Amino acid sequence: MSTEGDLLHVVTSDNISPSRIAFGRAVIWGAALLLAVVAVLQTLQETGNVDLGFTNWRPTLYAYLTWAVALCWGQVLIRGEKGKRTLFVLPAVLFVVSLVVFPLIFGLIIAFSDWNLSSPDGRQFNGVDNIVQMWSDPFYWNALKNMVWYCLAIIVEYAIAFGLALMLNAQIRARKFFRVAFLLPLMLSPVAVSWMVGKSMLELRFGPLARLARALGWDDPSFFENPVMARLMIMLMDAWTFIPFMMIMILAGLQAIPREVQEAAKVDGANGWRGFWEVTFPLMLPVSITAILIRIIFKLKLADIIINVTSGGPGGATDSVTSFIFREYRDRSNVGYGTLLAMVYLVIIVIVMTILMKIADRWTRPQT
Amino acid sequence: MTDATSQQIFHDSESDLGHKMKWWAGRVAIYGALIFWAIICLFPIYWTLTTSFKMAPNVMKGAMIPWVDFQPAWLGWKSIGLSPDTIGAESTVRAEFLKRFMNSAVISLSASALAVVLGSLSAYGLSRFSYKFGYMRNSDISFFFLSQLILPPVVLALPFLVLYKALALLDTRIGLILLYTLSVLPIVIWIMRDQFATIPTELEEAAMVDGLSIWGAFLTIVLPIALPGMVAAFILSLVLSWNEYFFAALLTSSYANTLPVMVASQTGSQGINWWAMAALASAAILPLIVIGVVLERFIIRGMAAGAVK
Repeated sequence: MSTEGDLLHVVTSDNISPSRIAFGRAVIWGAALLLAVVAVLQTLQETGNVDLGFTNWRPTLYAYLTWAVALCWGQVLIRGEKGKRTLFVLPAVLFVVSLVVFPLIFGLIIAFSDWNLSSPDGRQFNGVDNIVQMWSDPFYWNALKNMVWYCLAIIVEYAIAFGLALMLNAQIRARKFFRVAFLLPLMLSPVAVSWMVGKSMLELRFGPLARLARALGWDDPSFFENPVMARLMIMLMDAWTFIPFMMIMILAGLQAIPREVQEAAKVDGANGWRGFWEVTFPLMLPVSITAILIRIIFKLKLADIIINVTSGGPGGATDSVTSFIFREYRDRSNVGYGTLLAMVYLVIIVIVMTILMKIADRWTRPQT
Repeated sequence: MTDATSQQIFHDSESDLGHKMKWWAGRVAIYGALIFWAIICLFPIYWTLTTSFKMAPNVMKGAMIPWVDFQPAWLGWKSIGLSPDTIGAESTVRAEFLKRFMNSAVISLSASALAVVLGSLSAYGLSRFSYKFGYMRNSDISFFFLSQLILPPVVLALPFLVLYKALALLDTRIGLILLYTLSVLPIVIWIMRDQFATIPTELEEAAMVDGLSIWGAFLTIVLPIALPGMVAAFILSLVLSWNEYFFAALLTSSYANTLPVMVASQTGSQGINWWAMAALASAAILPLIVIGVVLERFIIRGMAAGAVK
């Protein structure tokens, strides 16, 4: 995406009269004033100074929406053709800002307070108490450690996905059938998967996988008793759903490699194995890195399967950060502490992802 | 001499035969692996579908193949009121199920539609014009949108819980629609940015010479060309928001529950009605399986968009 200059050059003669500009400004500022007034009135009611009969903050929301619309309209009024261009991006920007930035700021306030939704005291600012509590909370650190394990499993997923993509890219019959079949797990909801596989197929007495395990000579197939085993099972279920995702990205990359490259390698005497390692794999490096990075991002959100199959057990061995915070809220309605944990998690993710992206950038640059 | 004449002159040499053997071995290996993985992918679905037609003893015995191992019964489907004999009658369980189903459908469809509209507009704008919002330029704005992907939902979950409570949006469809739109928007922008980059700007220039405005050119010329990409983005968003569980479990209680929440709430550990759960799970995944089989091309296209530059 080029940043300098418009790709699409438009020459327009905008004759915007001063009165139109003034009107546009009036619309924007008028709506902003309305928003401010409503917000102040609601705040006053909240603090108990006046009673206006509001039952919730909806009026402020409506005033905000009015302001957002006025801002978009005002752009066109004030800046004419240029304003119309802004209109392409402005709605999405406003949407994301209001749904991410405001809650994040609000979340920061919550994170430094003691707020139990079930207690009548309401929110109380408690400074760094939550951080101190987090520091000595073994379960949180355990959940973070588990996330590292879960992320390491991506390497295996990647290898399998690459293998599948290579097979789908080879000369095979019924390619469409296999492609659809391999894609299907991705379509299923993690909740359904956790029931179908986690609860039903791994059921100890008569689940088909438990039977298979017994037939193979494992007398007591307890999939979720042993911490390592349980974590492995969660990894397997998650891998089952998400391998198709990486597979398709890699397949797209493979199909973008021109056939001539492979043929040239063959002419030069590279057999299958060397052809793969010295031609295909290096060419696929950028795609692979993109796929792995996106997969890591998805993996960091892992929670549904854990919540539904093991709810973190045994002894927190399968907890991911998300599922841990989810239970922290569900069991103790502890909003303040939970939010702090989530914020710390976000900071860690941003740091790690930035480092990873920098490394990935350095790796891929010489090749391209 | 006699030896030489009795021998075939043209024959497959030893190494050629080996080649053929190797080729066959390769075929067998590759199809074996493909079929093995197809079984891994399809068996859980098959298991769930068949279990929904089993009765208690069949489940305990671990029967696999209908009509051979067990006689299919409508028990599971009856429990959500969708078997042939209950489908005509009034049924509270079916009403409950349909309510959740409608919730899921309405929420995921509108969230995807909203995300595709917002995302396509901004992706188009970012691919054609240069903006300056304060210090943010195009690349910064793009990065701002795409960086939302990194944001784990759990960071927003509790603030949203409190905010929605104050705004009376808890347990409403609108609340979930907004959140789902937010979570799929980066993906839509990612796909659409790619899509618009492949459309030459000369098309719009020609349209504008003919007297169309920017928006006119966008709506009448560019959108029809970009439609396949939009369909891909829409379907991918649909799948993601249909399957979403975390926010739905946190932010809804009785009115706006979606299907995943319903499935999850019935997975108690004891006394599970296997057949009923299987029927429910099948009903929840069937729409997506149909979408996956019919619209596979678009899904693959959507996911491949970002991979190849």
